[in-house]
Amino acid sequence: MKLLTHNLLTSHVRGVGPRGFPLRLQATEVRINPVEFNPEFVARMIPKVEWAALLEAADTLHLVEVPKGPTEGYERDEQFLRKMHHVLLEVDVLEGTLQCPESGRLFPISRGIPNMLLNDEETET
Amino acid sequence: MAFRGRRPEHGGPPELFYDENEARKYVRNSRMIDIQTKMAGRALELLYLPEGQPCYLLDVGCGSGLSGDYLSDEGHYWVGIDISPAMLDAALDRDTEGDVLLGDMGQGIPFKPGSFDGCISISAVQWLCNANKKSDNPAKRLYCFFSSLYSVLARGARAVLQLYPENSEQLELITTQAMKAGFTGGVVVDYPNSAKAKKFYLCLLSGPSSFLPKGLSDQKDGDEERESAFTKESLCLLHRVPHRAARRGMVRKSRDWVLEKKERRRRQGKEVRPDTQYTGRKRKPYF
Repeated sequence: MKLLTHNLLTSHVRGVGPRGFPLRLQATEVRINPVEFNPEFVARMIPKVEWAALLEAADTLHLVEVPKGPTEGYERDEQFLRKMHHVLLEVDVLEGTLQCPESGRLFPISRGIPNMLLNDEETET
Repeated sequence: MAFRGRRPEHGGPPELFYDENEARKYVRNSRMIDIQTKMAGRALELLYLPEGQPCYLLDVGCGSGLSGDYLSDEGHYWVGIDISPAMLDAALDRDTEGDVLLGDMGQGIPFKPGSFDGCISISAVQWLCNANKKSDNPAKRLYCFFSSLYSVLARGARAVLQLYPENSEQLELITTQAMKAGFTGGVVVDYPNSAKAKKFYLCLLSGPSSFLPKGLSDQKDGDEERESAFTKESLCLLHRVPHRAARRGMVRKSRDWVLEKKERRRRQGKEVRPDTQYTGRKRKPYF
């Protein structure tokens, strides 16, 4: 699971709503995957990024060189975009858990796939 | 997939149907791969994404990642959600570029509002129409899916869902829930006159109404309505109202009545014998 996905994922447990974001990340196995750099795509995703959540996740994974926020004119700043590309798309969490901040519910990550299946009581009515 | 006999949804839930054996077909069977890839291509076409721009897309019922790979090949980035662990295992083996999640679309799409530039789904949404547990309510699950989909799409983004509706009632159930969730759009039907090639694409727009693309067809006829459009105000399957009026004037069992009934069944997507000079002719008394 890439950090870009984590940054957009929320908990959909019943009654949680917007308080289900961000999911607290715990990782036991992480892999770095080289991914082709596409500056246009990275630049388009920057406005969608929730920086506090990203920095928290990067901190948990002990990542270095993570920009603290979008710089002025980031669309043309290749260094900035390359750093963001690495953080968002090349860091892959293989094993770990995601925790709903409101309900405490744990979603396990196995082989890079988060299990978001809810049981009957947790489903929205 | 089109099946000669039973529909797979009648046999049980999708996570059991799509086991290792079924997953293997999606990886090995070239005909399967070909059909799924073609449908992914058509769905992406109907998504009308801005030219040359890499987008962030959702693939509902991504399975083994066949459609996702097509999106990657076109330069897009995607996230897939599927309920079958066996199919997702196949996706891992195929090393797809997009992330995949294990999840149930009927429980909602667990993403922040406005996350995606578009959504495609190939051969998945009809699974929501059958209740597999006593607690399942298809209408509620459909609504939960559509309302969360509406939320996770960016404003003005589209969703193109290829599906196999069992009958027109099922299609209506699906479109009604989509409308309730705030979508506009309609159903595009490709090759409506072919039992095998006929494909339904539910094209949804999360924003003010715009044009509805034309379905593909072998013939050059312009008269037959191949799409049904719906807005928030009313659901209108375009051939419905005039049809009922025409039927009232008809004598039951007459040749005209027989031809009309066959036409109706064709529109419902059922297999109908072609009309010939013998259709509805007067038979000898002993018949």
